[in-house]
Amino acid sequence: MIESLKIWKQQGGQTIPDVTAVTLPEIFRGRPSIKAEACATGCTACVDVCPVAAITLSSAGTVSLDLGPCVFCGECADACPTEKITFTNDYKTAVPTREALVIHEGDVGPVVFDADAVRSEISEYFGGSLKLRQVSAAGCNSCELELNACGNVNFDMGRFGIEFVASPRHADGVVISGPISLNMSVANDVCFDAIPDPRIVILTGACAITGGIFENSPELQRAFVQRHHVDLYVPGCPPHPLTFVNGVLQLIRKRKS
Amino acid sequence: MLMFSNLDVVALDAIPVVSYGTFMSSVLDYMKAHDERHCVSYFGVRAPSGDLHCYCVLADDATSQLAVLSYHLAASGAMLLPSLSAHYRAFHIYERVLWENHGVQFSDHPWLKPVRYPHDAAHGATIDEYPFFRIDGGEVHEVGVGPIHAGVIEPGHFRFQCTGEDVVHLEIKLGYQHRGVERLMVEPVSTLRRTVLAESIAGDTTIGHTWAFVNSMQSLSRVTVSDAVEIERAIALELERIAIHIGDLSALNLDVAYQLGSSVLGALRTPMINFFQWWCGNRFGKGLLRVGADRFLLTPALQDRLRTTLDDMERLYARISTKMFELPSVLARFERTGIVTAEQAHIIGAVGMAARSSGVRRDVRRSHPHGVYCAEEVQTHVLHTGDVMARAYLRKLEIDSSLVYIRNLLDRIRTASRDNGTFESYTPRALAPSSMVVSMVEGWRGEIVHTSITDEHGTLIHHGVKDPSMHNWFALALSLRGNEISDFPICNKSYDLSYCGHDL
Repeated sequence: MIESLKIWKQQGGQTIPDVTAVTLPEIFRGRPSIKAEACATGCTACVDVCPVAAITLSSAGTVSLDLGPCVFCGECADACPTEKITFTNDYKTAVPTREALVIHEGDVGPVVFDADAVRSEISEYFGGSLKLRQVSAAGCNSCELELNACGNVNFDMGRFGIEFVASPRHADGVVISGPISLNMSVANDVCFDAIPDPRIVILTGACAITGGIFENSPELQRAFVQRHHVDLYVPGCPPHPLTFVNGVLQLIRKRKS
Repeated sequence: MLMFSNLDVVALDAIPVVSYGTFMSSVLDYMKAHDERHCVSYFGVRAPSGDLHCYCVLADDATSQLAVLSYHLAASGAMLLPSLSAHYRAFHIYERVLWENHGVQFSDHPWLKPVRYPHDAAHGATIDEYPFFRIDGGEVHEVGVGPIHAGVIEPGHFRFQCTGEDVVHLEIKLGYQHRGVERLMVEPVSTLRRTVLAESIAGDTTIGHTWAFVNSMQSLSRVTVSDAVEIERAIALELERIAIHIGDLSALNLDVAYQLGSSVLGALRTPMINFFQWWCGNRFGKGLLRVGADRFLLTPALQDRLRTTLDDMERLYARISTKMFELPSVLARFERTGIVTAEQAHIIGAVGMAARSSGVRRDVRRSHPHGVYCAEEVQTHVLHTGDVMARAYLRKLEIDSSLVYIRNLLDRIRTASRDNGTFESYTPRALAPSSMVVSMVEGWRGEIVHTSITDEHGTLIHHGVKDPSMHNWFALALSLRGNEISDFPICNKSYDLSYCGHDL
């Protein structure tokens, strides 16, 4: 007993006091920033190197980066001869609309979370308590590990009333990870159908949002994403627990009245 | 048979092509010599002519040698063959995949069942049509769980045949995670795209699988990396082992309701994976390993940070891990639960920690070493009780060994050469034509095997991936026999096998 108390004392407080104000190491690859300046003439280095075709070079010569498929490998920043693209340590990249995932040339500041794009019933019903059912639909287990970490003693999202639950009947929404394989598509549908209305859909990770590195695989069945309204996109490979927790907090709490 | 070693480039025309009858007798002769021999890869590659070229790679752990033999099946010829599984059960999974992907029938296979249900499977069945083993009788009841489970966990279906509380048989149906990894690997894409794909084979084994892939490509393009990079990769692999083992010990404590152990160990995993974030910007080490050179050097400042991180972790870890294995309430649940015998482990071809906890020494780091593992030996452990206790305690022993090993490597890296190992100086080279490389890495679960084959133009036409879970899922099934169904969670956590690594 005394040894247990000593261990308990030695462990000390582990919880991050304010999950909205953590500074991650500079090397962490979060939100990219694209400076508004001309590229080197004829240069397509970033587009060529990107493993998931997330970068577009417009006919006008401007660069945009879609965080949907982006695996945050940072190779485009390494390839860019003029350091036009850089990755910041900003982890607040979750957004309620698909379009907001696209970082355009000149976007060097924080991602804007458009609270008006969030359905009004979400903050009305789930502001104080949100129970989520997670479905891994061919996820590689890194998203799943990070979603588990959201509830551990460090990130402790349970303090905000946000929890993963076992039964979809008890859930207010679904959190999907993975590109949604053909073999998981039916189970995913059955699970979602068991969640009572109103219910929300959260896509975590590049795979869930677009298919990611598996986008062109014939083994996927992504009709679910076309059929249902998505309430929150959490980009990353995998998204950092802080990205998920901050995104969900903004979804349920920070809505302007 | 052609003899070679881990990471050797083998010319395809040097691999003997024999009739299936000769193939079978040669493989059986090779296998029966001693127990240190096992199959590490057996697969088919469809040639442009439509013929199926089958390759079987066998490993001898005693001599560090690999052996390969091949046979061809004509596109139009008979596809019904006698099975190796009838003699050595561990071949069952390879023959099932040959049947599923290429339609090869094995006449006396114990039960040719689908494995992953790809959309174009030769058997034409879908995942809803899985042929479960059933026991009929008034005393027997069936419990089905999954594919979606109670926690945040990957999908798989577990079906228990029980009498009362006792499990007579557990069958594990996988394939839900199939997303076409091997198919995407051979598309005409960049090496970077393939590397990112390798990083997504199993997120909890990012370093293990990516290293196996990167090593394979380096051999094929005849590129070597500096001693320092080899050391850095081994540090990353051992760090991944420590992080996952700590996390699994935490999960095991949670399942036996030892809350202090679960929460303290859970928190101790965080600084391990956060070190990866300090090193390469990602908590799983994604982005770290690249063909030819790594992008993020383990600088002297990072080396100091790693030492401090390990020292801090170990102070608390030593106390909680000692406490955990002294507690009667923990030991009562772990001991004599979920026993897999050495004989069973041999029969199913168990690898890695699943084998080592059942008295079978399988460890690529010692038996087929590569890189710094050749120069600096790592201490490996074998336990003999084969129960949950053995699998939990083995993790503690392996954490301790990896801590020692990483510290030895940190001493070694100070004087290690950094020649030809910077990312900036690396330019991709063409892959050797008509060649094969077998790349083996001991991930935290066990033997990871990537097998690459190129055609006469140096194009990658096959990149086979074998996660240790391919064999070890059967160990979990066997561990449940005669146990209560309520012991399933701790048996499952004690292995913590990969769904996505199996399903690809």
